[in-house]
Amino acid sequence: MAEVVLKSVEKQYPNGFKAVHGIDLEIKDGEFMVFVGPSGCAKSTTLRMVAGLEDITGGEIWIGDKCVNEVQPKDRGIAMVFQNYALYPHMTAYNNMAFGLQMSKTPKNIIDQRVREAAKHLEIEDLLDRKPKEMSGGQRQRVALGRALVRKPDVFLFDEPLSNLDAKLRVSMRVRIQELHEMLKAEGVPATMIYVTHDQVEAMTMGDRITVLNAGRIMQVDTPMNLYRKPENLFVAGFIGAPSMNLVDGEIVEMGGKVFVSIPGGVLPLPEEKAEKVRSHVGKKIKFGLRPEDIIANEVHEGGEGFVTGSVRVVEQMGNEEFIYFNAAGTQFIARVNPEQVKNIRKGEDYRFWFNLAKCHMFDLETEENLTL
Amino acid sequence: MKGKKYEGLLYITPWLIGLVVFTAFPFFASLFFSFTDYNLMSSPNFVGIDNYKTMFQTELFWKSFGITMSYVFITVPMKLAFALFIAYILNFKLKAVNFFRTAYYMPSILGGSVAVAVLWRFLFADTGLVNMILALFGVDSISWLGNPDYAIFTISLLRVWQFGSPMVIFLAALKNVPESLYEAARIDGASKVKTFIRVTLPMITPVLFFNFIMQLVQAFQEFNGPYIITGGGPLNSTYLFPLYIYDNAFRYFRMGYSSALSWFLFVVIMVFTLLAFKSEKHWVHYTEVE
Repeated sequence: MAEVVLKSVEKQYPNGFKAVHGIDLEIKDGEFMVFVGPSGCAKSTTLRMVAGLEDITGGEIWIGDKCVNEVQPKDRGIAMVFQNYALYPHMTAYNNMAFGLQMSKTPKNIIDQRVREAAKHLEIEDLLDRKPKEMSGGQRQRVALGRALVRKPDVFLFDEPLSNLDAKLRVSMRVRIQELHEMLKAEGVPATMIYVTHDQVEAMTMGDRITVLNAGRIMQVDTPMNLYRKPENLFVAGFIGAPSMNLVDGEIVEMGGKVFVSIPGGVLPLPEEKAEKVRSHVGKKIKFGLRPEDIIANEVHEGGEGFVTGSVRVVEQMGNEEFIYFNAAGTQFIARVNPEQVKNIRKGEDYRFWFNLAKCHMFDLETEENLTL
Repeated sequence: MKGKKYEGLLYITPWLIGLVVFTAFPFFASLFFSFTDYNLMSSPNFVGIDNYKTMFQTELFWKSFGITMSYVFITVPMKLAFALFIAYILNFKLKAVNFFRTAYYMPSILGGSVAVAVLWRFLFADTGLVNMILALFGVDSISWLGNPDYAIFTISLLRVWQFGSPMVIFLAALKNVPESLYEAARIDGASKVKTFIRVTLPMITPVLFFNFIMQLVQAFQEFNGPYIITGGGPLNSTYLFPLYIYDNAFRYFRMGYSSALSWFLFVVIMVFTLLAFKSEKHWVHYTEVE
């Protein structure tokens, strides 16, 4: 059991490139923390620094009550699951799982007990005599998970462990890792887990909390729902959610004491709660954001204010939902609609869409901070 | 389509001619001659297995064969170990690593040449550079080439010195070991030595196996070094089997007997190679790299 604390952690390479810019982060004991961000955002580097595989050039990393800056990976109480499994190809699954314990001179009977126990949890008992090349990707990843599990670490580190698997397997492994986390909790040995991914779905479904990184800086640390509903800045708003939030240029205007937002396709009245938050920005340009599901076709929502007329360019049918791409005053928007409710939308025709402004976000153009929180 | 086929055959004709004239014909001719008393001067007479019988009854045959076995069992492991050691070092991210790689590969280019064998003779002569250096440390002059106990060692050293070729192959294999395995081993708490033994070595066993076979075959056939440096002496202490074959063929003109010796060497090499292949499944790990 251990919390992981990063204090002003920096990573600068000998060529002067700074990959990590003073990260401060507290991961609670037993928490499932996900690092997410685009390629090159330093999520893997940060994880590897926690593992001790990458030296840090500034700050401190604490695991439990110990500053581990100078501690070898093997002594940090961690176990890591790699993207490419990193199983020793010449060893059987059993030996792969036992290797770490053999290195720490754990008695043979305990090694055997732990390996078999982990194999049972992960349903790989019948694979123990096989070598990695005789296993499928999913089976290999379960062995890699088993290798981490037998060490009984305080902290599990996952470096994009599912990205080599196909979509179906990814879902089942995702569930398995979550079950593992819950199982350890139930057994009274909760383990802190840090999980790196670039897959939003993994991030949103697995993490107790998510750290969104960009260019070596933390953009926001929050629960999945808060990241989705209350993005603190433009980057998080644009990064979290698929399809991503509609982000268009806009301007806050005041007419007759009422506050409006002017966006391509119309001038829309802001609800009182939102208006109060952006009143100081009247006359200023802002970035206007609205989730695709908060744009509603007029077949469903009729009457009132807040409509924008757009010409439908593409309708993507996903089965359970439809993505409607439409143009309003030369700007593209995406609406996510329920095909049961909206049946007659056709490409090339004009429709009215209602913008649910109670859910909108507005961002300062300079600081990129969300003004509506 | 038919024209294309002949065009292809035309392209490989030079190689086919080379194969037939310089490999296949001498190969089968030597098998035939090994059952004759051919002496280059007169036409060969069939003598059955007399050459083979004589061979096994000759003291020098057994002595030469024994020396060859010692030479092979000294030089092959030493050369492989040395090549692997240097490759391991050169695999580190060192400054001027390309210079060192070239420098270490040099002996392999030069090593087989007659000039270097001559140089080797001078280096290890009684008044040679090696003894001069030893003298600086107060060590008495050693008769590297004159003393039967040392001569085989000196000859072996020349072969070990030519470690560049297996080294380059080892280096390529070491570079092919995924970094993530070393990282996993670090997290697993394996020391550098344990990592080398339990991870690196098994990962490069296919290349180790290849190098072993190549070196084994080459060592059995070593001729240049001992011929030029010691001529097989002193007291036949460096009289490797190829020298014995050569002397019989071109000094005593016993082509038939010499062919029988060649076929014996061929069978020995084949047996050792087959044994190596037989052992392969126990220690060579063919793995797919992720």
